Amino acid sequence: MAATEVVQETKRPPQPPGLLKWIRDNLFSSWGNTLLTIVLLPITVFILFSSIRWMFVGADWRVVTQFPLLYTVGQYPRDEIWRVGIGLSLIIFMLGASWGKWGGLLRSISIAFSIVFGVFALLPVQHPELDLGMRLYLGANVLLILVGYWIGRIQYLKGGHIVIGWSITPILAILFLSGFENSSTLPAVGTTLWGGLLVTFLLAAGGIVLSFPIGIALALGRRSSLPVVSAFSTIFIEAIRGVPLITILFMFSIILALFLPSESRIDRLVRSLMAVTFFSAAYSAENVRGGLQAVPHGQIEAAKAVGMSNFQTMLFITMPQALRAVLPAIVGQFISLFKDTTLVVIVGINDFLGIGRSIINSDPEFMQLQVEVYLFIAVVYWIFCYLMSLASRRLEAAMGVSSRL
Amino acid sequence: MFRKTLPVIAVLIVLSVIMAACGGVETVTVVETVIVEKEVPAAAVETEIFDRVLARGKVVCGGRTDLTGFGYLDADGNNIGFDIDLCRAVAAAVFGDPNAIEVVPLTAADRGPSLQTAEVDLLSRNVTWTASRDSQWGNFTTVMFYDGQGFMISKASGITSTDEFDGATVCVTTGTTTEQNLADFFRQNGMTYEAVSFEETAAVYSAYEEGRCDITTSDKSQLASVRSGFAAPDDHIILDITISKEPLTPAVPHGDDVWFDIVKMVMYGLVNAEELGVTQANVEEMKSSENINTLRLLGQEGDWGYTDLGLDATALAQAISAVGNYGEIYNRYMGPEGIAFTLPRGPNDLWSNGGLIYAPPVK
Repeated sequence: MAATEVVQETKRPPQPPGLLKWIRDNLFSSWGNTLLTIVLLPITVFILFSSIRWMFVGADWRVVTQFPLLYTVGQYPRDEIWRVGIGLSLIIFMLGASWGKWGGLLRSISIAFSIVFGVFALLPVQHPELDLGMRLYLGANVLLILVGYWIGRIQYLKGGHIVIGWSITPILAILFLSGFENSSTLPAVGTTLWGGLLVTFLLAAGGIVLSFPIGIALALGRRSSLPVVSAFSTIFIEAIRGVPLITILFMFSIILALFLPSESRIDRLVRSLMAVTFFSAAYSAENVRGGLQAVPHGQIEAAKAVGMSNFQTMLFITMPQALRAVLPAIVGQFISLFKDTTLVVIVGINDFLGIGRSIINSDPEFMQLQVEVYLFIAVVYWIFCYLMSLASRRLEAAMGVSSRL
Repeated sequence: MFRKTLPVIAVLIVLSVIMAACGGVETVTVVETVIVEKEVPAAAVETEIFDRVLARGKVVCGGRTDLTGFGYLDADGNNIGFDIDLCRAVAAAVFGDPNAIEVVPLTAADRGPSLQTAEVDLLSRNVTWTASRDSQWGNFTTVMFYDGQGFMISKASGITSTDEFDGATVCVTTGTTTEQNLADFFRQNGMTYEAVSFEETAAVYSAYEEGRCDITTSDKSQLASVRSGFAAPDDHIILDITISKEPLTPAVPHGDDVWFDIVKMVMYGLVNAEELGVTQANVEEMKSSENINTLRLLGQEGDWGYTDLGLDATALAQAISAVGNYGEIYNRYMGPEGIAFTLPRGPNDLWSNGGLIYAPPVK
């Protein structure tokens, strides 16, 4: 007994010598600093304390916890919800396969997704929408990532196969979501019923994937020596950059409908996607053009000297260097696109924010709880934007953007 | 040198060909538009919208998903509300299925164009019937809800009537007719006020409940809705005074008279059903009623125009058994036991009970 006491005595760690010194150096180093610390410390503690108390005592999180399906898929019919699940699983599987093939950043993303699914599958709370089937589905997605990883590791599976998979997956997912007229297994679900995070991701991912090639084409077009092409690109870019996104959304959602005959009407969601895409394309074009200008002319001359065609020069010499130089700007553009998708609320599409508004207005009692709803929505947006910028930093490091240019 | 100018020349040639083509087509297009303009009204007098509804198998209604009581969502994401039930009634009358609807959520800016372009078959979205909208947007059927702008005051402010409004602070939504009506009301009565305005309706009422204003103003149905959500509803009074007329009316696109008549007939049918005591529960037994008007309404005695419009003789019976009569729809959301809030019927009571709700007879 006595022996163990002695052991504890000797094992007790010494007081951290740094803490007091750190406080003295950083908070009380001078008269001014001491004064600032004395004034700001109570304020900081007060704000922190009252925010935490509000979160755990004052706030009523029912508006957030009661409607997980509304927030994620909006009004999508509950009987057909499995189709959203299949679409998600397809993407999850492809993510796993890409992890197996390329690793790196995709590894972190896959693991993050697995953790999120696993946590929700095992969440120790009773919830009517988190029933056994839903938990099994979430758990199955974790397995699916691992299966994808294992398949991605197969040697004879080339990167090209996975790229083809990625280009088919979204089309398959969209077909599953929208269904077909007169089909009994996959009845059509109109896009007016799509909502929540589903629509936010669809608009953001669709906008990013479609706007980037258009942006590159416009950037090249603007530098083209053909006057018509360059004039068209310049007018397109400047016209779109000259007006806010709201104007373009209204333009596409209302004015376009007045122009087109009623037979050739474009779906409301597609109209918004077009507006978001064109808007983002104009900005991407200018980012890419900045990158193109940063590539020294000697590079192009050298490529010509070894006999590369214009197309080859563009594909192998100019574009890789240009895109690498402006990667941070492009990711910044995509993050802002992701946030800009919230504007579709004003043309009557219930994206994540719109569904939040509908939930606030679904019961007079909830009108008092708007702070909780908006805070939750803001936190979710922040998480995804932060993940995107994190991914961008990893990508920059991998490509050596800061070190090698 | 030639290699460089070649593309320019090529583009110029293409352009000039296009321009020549356009120049040639121009006269033709003019002729075409004349023909089209003549055709549109001729075709539209027919049953363009109704045919489209039948072909599609469902009624597309312009609605909303964010107005408690009128058009909002339940926990499963289904569209519910007074306006939505009117749409369901039409679908039930046409197809016998109240779920044969698609609700397109519309914003305030969307409402007019969606009718003008016939993107929706029926606009049932809490829209006030005004002269200019009637001429520009579409055909307004019949007033289904008499609303009007009113005032809510907190007892704590000490104000008891509009005579004491001078110098009060008023919480109001910006950029709406509500704000305009408020300004007119105060100017006409020679009083001043201080406006506290917000973009979001929810923000207006939060500010009001926190006591930042003595008064808040909006349509009375909304005031009732908001008050029922307050922590202490009894501390607030909605004054009797109404300062604007807001007849909320379902509307259909211009051009299809048959569809216009069908929607009107369903709306009248719901009102007549209440007057005759036909409810969702008793509609089947009422089919053998002794009241000749009830039999006519339910299509048991003669044809009173239903089949002329291309509907079943029992179309209204289908509508009533799907959503109930006018009073039942009202009470479902806004009655004493309403799932949204409670608002006394007032002007929305039947004419026979001193209200304004009145429908032409079925004869």
